Amino acid sequence: MANVGRIVSISGSLITAAFEQPVVQNEVAYARLHDLRLKSELIRVRGRYADLQVFEDTAGLYVGARVEFTGELLSVELGPGLLGQVVDGLQNPLPALAEASGYFLPRGKYLEPLDREQRWSFTPGVREGDTVFAGDALGTVPESEFEHRIMVPFGLAGAWTVRSVVAAGSYTVEEVVATLEGAKGQSVEVSMLQRWPVKVPIRAYRERLRPSEPLVTKVRIVDTLCPVARGGGACIPGPFGAGKTVLQQLMSRHAEVDVVIVAACGERAGEVVETLREFPELTDPRTGRSLMERTVIVCNTSSMPVAAREASVYTAVTLAEYYRQMGLQVLLLADSTSRWAQALREVSGRLEEIPGEEAFPAYLESVVAAFYERGGTVRLRDGSEGSVTVIGTVSPAGGNLEEPVTQATLKVVGAFLGLSRERSDARRYPAIDPLESWSHYGGVVDAADVSFAQRLLRDGNEVAQMMKVVGEEGTALEDVVRYLQAEFLDASYLQQDAFDAVDGASGAERQALVFGDLVRVLRPPLAFDDKDAARRFYQYLTQVTKDWNRAPWQTPEFEAGREQVRTLVREAGGDV
Amino acid sequence: MYKTYVRLERVTGSVVAVKTNDAANRELALITWPGGSSLAQVVRLEADRAYLQVFAGVRGLPTDARVRFLGRPMQVPGSDALLGRIFDGAGRPRDGGPSLDEEMIDLAGPSVNPAKRIIPRTMVRTGIPMIDVFNSLVESQKLPIFSVPGEPYLELLARLALQAEVDRIVLGGMGLKHDDFLYFRDTLDGAGALTRTVGFIHTAADPTVECLLVPDMALAVAERFALRNERVLVLLSDMTNYADAMKEVAITMEQIPSNRGYPGDLYTQLASRYERAVDFDDAGSITILAVTTMPGDDVTHPVPDNTGYITEGQLYLRGGRIEPFGSLSRLKQLVNGDTRDDHRAIMNTMIQLYAAYRETLEKRAMGFRMSEWDGQLLRYGEGFEARLMDLDVDLPLEAALDAGWRLLADCFERTQTGLPSALVERHWPEPA
Ligand SMILES: Nc1ncnc2c1ncn2[C@@H]1O[C@H](COP(=O)(O)OP(=O)(O)O)[C@@H](O)[C@H]1O
Ligand SMILES: [Mg+2]
Repeated sequence: MANVGRIVSISGSLITAAFEQPVVQNEVAYARLHDLRLKSELIRVRGRYADLQVFEDTAGLYVGARVEFTGELLSVELGPGLLGQVVDGLQNPLPALAEASGYFLPRGKYLEPLDREQRWSFTPGVREGDTVFAGDALGTVPESEFEHRIMVPFGLAGAWTVRSVVAAGSYTVEEVVATLEGAKGQSVEVSMLQRWPVKVPIRAYRERLRPSEPLVTKVRIVDTLCPVARGGGACIPGPFGAGKTVLQQLMSRHAEVDVVIVAACGERAGEVVETLREFPELTDPRTGRSLMERTVIVCNTSSMPVAAREASVYTAVTLAEYYRQMGLQVLLLADSTSRWAQALREVSGRLEEIPGEEAFPAYLESVVAAFYERGGTVRLRDGSEGSVTVIGTVSPAGGNLEEPVTQATLKVVGAFLGLSRERSDARRYPAIDPLESWSHYGGVVDAADVSFAQRLLRDGNEVAQMMKVVGEEGTALEDVVRYLQAEFLDASYLQQDAFDAVDGASGAERQALVFGDLVRVLRPPLAFDDKDAARRFYQYLTQVTKDWNRAPWQTPEFEAGREQVRTLVREAGGDV
Repeated sequence: MYKTYVRLERVTGSVVAVKTNDAANRELALITWPGGSSLAQVVRLEADRAYLQVFAGVRGLPTDARVRFLGRPMQVPGSDALLGRIFDGAGRPRDGGPSLDEEMIDLAGPSVNPAKRIIPRTMVRTGIPMIDVFNSLVESQKLPIFSVPGEPYLELLARLALQAEVDRIVLGGMGLKHDDFLYFRDTLDGAGALTRTVGFIHTAADPTVECLLVPDMALAVAERFALRNERVLVLLSDMTNYADAMKEVAITMEQIPSNRGYPGDLYTQLASRYERAVDFDDAGSITILAVTTMPGDDVTHPVPDNTGYITEGQLYLRGGRIEPFGSLSRLKQLVNGDTRDDHRAIMNTMIQLYAAYRETLEKRAMGFRMSEWDGQLLRYGEGFEARLMDLDVDLPLEAALDAGWRLLADCFERTQTGLPSALVERHWPEPA
């Protein structure tokens, strides 16, 4: 019999219901408003009262209204057909919702994320009698450019024997493709669709590996100076307008990964629209297919219900883990994790929990840590490797990095890409601060060159500080040259024109070559008559190098640009 | 038809509690007493008690006031009869005209499905180089004007309102000074724009809670117009007053503040209003310009700070000019690629050089000798302020770009600016 409760109080998105039969922490329940069913999650139980966070506007709900408990944890549907989707935080497909309901997001309307009619061409990969474990592939279907693995449900513990598997052919996601038998003789029917509770990590792999391969983002300052590793975690904190979202958008386009999950979390709807309208038109140079075919967008933008914000990041990371289970490299971009933290704060406030710093709940740190922990590189049972790389933006109040969300995040990530207001004000994009940012991962260029560059940038900054005190006239010529060199490296390499088709994305080989060249240009000492002459030289060299950056890779133009830079340096007496 | 209750159990802040079993969340009620009446809205339900926020405040409210639930949320009329009319924060006529009750719409309805939005693409030309060249305004943008009190923000707002080619203007005043309201009304009237304008004006003298309704009413009406295929411009002033009203109400409701007394959901509250700016795929659009005064010229104050994270950039008004730093149009790249080939390069380079000029100014203030380059920058910076930044400058975009090249050529050599060589070839003017 259905487990039913009654609403006893309502405060914002939080309702309290009295119940009789047992309920489950984090189970889904529906609050009934006439014929509407408003989805909610049970977040606390006290005595015979359950506190529920309603994922929708609670206007119109009343004391005494019915609450239907489902006994099921908040889950997503996993199966072929996820790629290319745009869903809300509860995995409602938004285009289908628009078709059904028009301009606005109606409450209480939930559509099936996976198409029930579509047929997929299934090729079995196991035979009757084979022994399989959770996560093992039973067969594959082609999806986009991948062989999408149809896997033994992740929740099945222990060894299972394949009792039957269907012949190659086309099936819908709900049709049974295999029957498995467990150790105790119990039998399970498997279709292409499985459900998984979003707050539980998928652990159907052999082992976790240390993230070691660089994830090429094609953003020079990232790949060269503060690289991100496949399976690693990185955060992008920065004040508003510093370029967090643009940086993530660049990564979502250019990063060398198989699948990108974009979690648009509590920020502007317009930014999602740019992605969802443009990606279908853009080709992925790696596959020749549209970028949308490797992308899933999960959005709970700022005007969508705050209560579903937390769910949205978990939905996103669960989808990422699912594709990782197929041996794919997945990049999860979350913008912004601060909005999710704020959503936690709002709920915590309504629950009247004892607030921590800036009224964030005391468990903020552990929640953030657990989220980033869901990233990682794993070796699957068949020996292949898959990864989930998590890159999250942080939006610190007042741009102050001492605030709780930034601090909690810094403890768990391996790379810190800090954006600075000074750099974005000066239009030095991407505005990642090369001196403050760091990474524990290895990058795509020569490590000794990186040390040289970091040293140069630090020195240049010191000279700049010194010049503020003693003026340029009080600074030695060689120090001024050092400063000009640092500025040159910044302007012609670290800065990148996001809107230039060529300069906007710089491959790993190109970075290695150009960076190597520039370091060779910068290493030998050049003699200048005076500071003005030095300045003129580096200004011109900057211009020439920037022109080079706009020349397409592996073209005569590129070679010509390279030669022009060298010639200029030779003319100035440099040995390159 | 609806039951009436006659005993207020509690009165705290602007909230009263009534014993009832048939109130719904966010439902509207009418409270009447011998001395007056007010609308109120259910903000919380607890067992057999409903908590109501009283729009007119609770001053003089007797505990035996009559409460009648209306079975609907707060609404606002949405018909064209609104045009040319001015209402107060509770939706009552402020202009002596008749009250309206046609085509009523609920406030704060559901939000737009992102799948029904399109990428904004129409540039709004203003004739102000600091906007057109450096921070292009785009139809459907939500853009605040950050300003210290005393800056000519209302003049700027009015100028933008009159330049923009829109079908409808919806004005929302929050804690507006009456003089400012009159200034605005007269300016729009003088330009013949009042007949396509509707105003919801809460003045500093009105009850605090009514201030909270203004953006919702303005935006609900704007949304209705936009769905009828109109291009709507919403002007809001001042969002800091709005946030302060929110703070006041939250504190009296004993919510735990998060930052300088503001409620933890300040971001959410502001975002759900600003996010109503939209360009529909097959209907009209809503553009929002909103004044946000900055207490103590501090952008890190919670109101401008949260706003900056929500809006699509900001115009930063200081010293009577739009500051190049801090000002930002996040949508500019959607339109400035198809204006002129040099637009983006000029935009970035001129600001980079202006940043260098500011550094040179500092050096000069420290008494350092100026290098040749410093000398060039000083000439440039002064020229930039006079020829482009001054708010009196009124130039079409193309003329402003030309003026930019002219200034560069007046101050620098061709190889000094870092501009792409191809553009320099094409646009660098001959020495004057
Ligand atoms: N890499 C970049 N190149 C050029 N412009 C940029 C870049 N990054 C940011 N910008 C400019 O700054 C604006 C704000 O960037 P955005 O990423 O939205 O900031 P944030 O997400 O940090 O608030 C953009 O709209 C764009 O105009
Ligand atoms: Mg952003």
